[in-house]
Amino acid sequence: MATLRELDYSVLQQCMHCGMCLPTCPTYDATKRERHSPRGRIALMRAIADEEIAVNRTFAEEMSYCLGCLACQTACPAGVDYATLFETARADIETAGLPQSVARRFWRWLTLRALFMHPARLRLVGKILRWVQSNGLDVAARAAGLTRLLPADLRRLEPQAPAISPAFSDDLIEPDELSRSAGPVRRRVALLTGCIQDLAFSEINRDTADVLLANGCDVHTAPEQSCCGSLHSHNGATDLARTLAKRMIDTLPPGEFDAIISNAGGCGSHLRHYSSLLKDDPQYAEKARLWDSKVRDIHEWLMGIGCRAPEAAPEPGPVTVSYHDSCHLAHGQKVVQPPRALLALLPGVRMVELPEASWCCGSAGIYSITQPEQSAQLLERKVGHILGTGATILATANPGCHLQLLNGLRAKGSKVELAHPVTLLARAYRNERKNLKTKIN
Amino acid sequence: MDLSPQVLAQLAAVCPDGLLTAPEDLAVYGFDGTAALKQRPGAVVLVRSTQQVVECVRIAAAHSVPIVTRGSGTGLSGGSVPVAGCIVLCLVQMDAILEVDPNNLTLRAQSGAITQKIDEAAGKHGLFYPPDPGSMKISTIGGNVAENSGGLRGLKYGVTRDYVMGLEVVLPDGRVVNLGNACVKDVAGYSMKDLFIGSEGTLGIITEVRLKLLPRPAARRTMLAMFERMEDAAQTVSAIIAARIIPCTLEFLDRMTIRCVEDFARIGLPTDCGAILLMETDGHPAAVAEEAQQMEALARLHKAREVRTAKDASEATTLATARRSAFSALARVRPTTILEDITVPRSALAEMVGFIAESAARHRLQVGTFGHMGDGNLHPTFLTDERDHEEMARVHLALEEIVTKTLSLGGTITGEHGVGLAKKQWIRKQLGDASFELMRQIKMALDPRALLNPGKIFD
Repeated sequence: MATLRELDYSVLQQCMHCGMCLPTCPTYDATKRERHSPRGRIALMRAIADEEIAVNRTFAEEMSYCLGCLACQTACPAGVDYATLFETARADIETAGLPQSVARRFWRWLTLRALFMHPARLRLVGKILRWVQSNGLDVAARAAGLTRLLPADLRRLEPQAPAISPAFSDDLIEPDELSRSAGPVRRRVALLTGCIQDLAFSEINRDTADVLLANGCDVHTAPEQSCCGSLHSHNGATDLARTLAKRMIDTLPPGEFDAIISNAGGCGSHLRHYSSLLKDDPQYAEKARLWDSKVRDIHEWLMGIGCRAPEAAPEPGPVTVSYHDSCHLAHGQKVVQPPRALLALLPGVRMVELPEASWCCGSAGIYSITQPEQSAQLLERKVGHILGTGATILATANPGCHLQLLNGLRAKGSKVELAHPVTLLARAYRNERKNLKTKIN
Repeated sequence: MDLSPQVLAQLAAVCPDGLLTAPEDLAVYGFDGTAALKQRPGAVVLVRSTQQVVECVRIAAAHSVPIVTRGSGTGLSGGSVPVAGCIVLCLVQMDAILEVDPNNLTLRAQSGAITQKIDEAAGKHGLFYPPDPGSMKISTIGGNVAENSGGLRGLKYGVTRDYVMGLEVVLPDGRVVNLGNACVKDVAGYSMKDLFIGSEGTLGIITEVRLKLLPRPAARRTMLAMFERMEDAAQTVSAIIAARIIPCTLEFLDRMTIRCVEDFARIGLPTDCGAILLMETDGHPAAVAEEAQQMEALARLHKAREVRTAKDASEATTLATARRSAFSALARVRPTTILEDITVPRSALAEMVGFIAESAARHRLQVGTFGHMGDGNLHPTFLTDERDHEEMARVHLALEEIVTKTLSLGGTITGEHGVGLAKKQWIRKQLGDASFELMRQIKMALDPRALLNPGKIFD
């Protein structure tokens, strides 16, 4: 990928600094300082391209403070490609080799290189964590004060660690499952099971497969799947992101499917941009373009093929549901209406719009680790809005948001259930069958 | 040019958490919403109170350092672009809405309050703050007053000046004056507040405003009329005014602007028509219904190929928001957008629109034109690239012609954006020598040492 200096200058010039992005930027909102705004950050990038300022520590801190939520990209009438600018800037910062703390270097190495490049290792860690959690050892260790032995960062994060699913996706989903729903059109789709989604939310993957099957789609999954590279791309490790993209295309050749389905907002946003990542690779450029044209968010896909409205309700009684937009689903992929439309199909569900629904919750990839203070403020604001709706279920479609909001709500003693919209739909379809059985009996 | 350590130390003592001097901070306060204008300040101070403003002004005066005041930096004439080595006083943190008085229909706010928040605060009491500049989501009320901003409702409701009842202003020597009051009538001496409205930060620093509010209109109807030819849209506007109807909004977009706006907003605007007219009427439900019907009939009479009515308030807002994005959306086409703000008497509108297209064609330039057809305020926007010097020279030739034509039609070089840096080359031509000198005398009387926003409006 080009550096800021090599980048086509018109991408930087596209920003005409009108300021329309300012009110949508969570960090500008928090500080009212231009440097912390999208147009301020773009001005800094332009100053770097113009060789007026250097890629230095201050710039690195600024780009680390940016959530990368892309709300500015939705607001921008001029069509600035902030996602590309943001990733280019972060990659520049990495290659500049700025002095970093040992802790930060360790975290980067651990997450980007040691774990998320190797699905088998990631699962092994997942299995160990699951064993620790299922035997109550984490709680015991906390009670015994053993967690005090951990480094400060880890100690803060340890209670936020996701509960690892009792079974991973490949235990729950066969590599090829055929739809039994009798419809005129049968489609073949690949389902991406993700990495975090696979470890912590494998049931959401099962639910996704179920709703696809119920809507006439045969579902293929790869038993072992790598990370899509979103984490790497957002954190300036472009080369690793490229390796993972190629691996993904080889695992799920796009020509074999009608669509490649993602159920995680953050991953989907990255998965749609393999062609720009691989545009200079003679072997993969063409395949990547085909890949991009096949990637669909699950809600977008279901509503697009005419999702069947379930006859049964997802819950025994009427419930109030609200929906939080994942930034990279709403701003990165521009999928805003389909999840709401999907929820509106559910009998017995009253939808209430969440105030500031598309305002970042502070999860933002590893932002809650790198910028805990700002992340906590955003979470506080979001949880306040959720509790204000009176909803008993909050739907959201990204594992990062899901974990962040779960932690935030439980910390406030709230019992609001978090669910992927697809989970609610899958529940409703299951209840249909249950009702049918009861009738027959 | 760097500020002396002494000045910086004194500013730091006044605003310990608000003084910014890092190169990364100075670079991002070097511009506003105007294209191709940039200058690095000596320091930026984010002030929180009138008292802090006073102390900063005193420090600047003692050391003869110029001050450039700014709000959100969305201005379109370079009014808040820094002077080299100046102190930028940024007022965005003074954003409190202090009082809404439903008995007297007034609102008091600090000058950094956001325009849209002011209207929302009024709305909670069933009241209405009509001026709605394109950037209202982020523009500050202080900036609106300093530029005397207009908006989409100028035709019926006027501009910012028509809603300012009182101001608190810090003068260049640090004195604080309170001008105007909550009275509807007041002729005690010169209307001093009016001197500061539209003064572009050159006479004083506005720190607080008292605004007039109106009852919120009970009904509103928004329509979109599509035309093959711009002339037909202009004829429709003339016919509506001639029919003794004063709608609150009569906005137009030309073909180029329609395409850019649709590309951004995706609201189903037809990209193959020559002009779109956004029409809105508000007030008593019966009157609104009748006027809307008449306006639709007049549009059809003047060859509108389709007239669409917004089905509800949210669709109406979507349409107005799309129109507000016009200027920024035009930036999709080329790297640099040079925006003009000429205004002509309404009767000369069709002629002016034709002249702009002809001038652009003659100089082989891309132009998108949109604006407030109801009040004669046009925004021809040249789409160019600041790095292409040859093309930029042609842009300036076209601008010169358009300005000359505007003045010959009895128009003005700026209807709502202000003179700032971008239009000062033409101000003397428009005003004539005597009025120009009078204006300069006023500046000299209030700010003899040219400390406040020097080089703006005139040299």
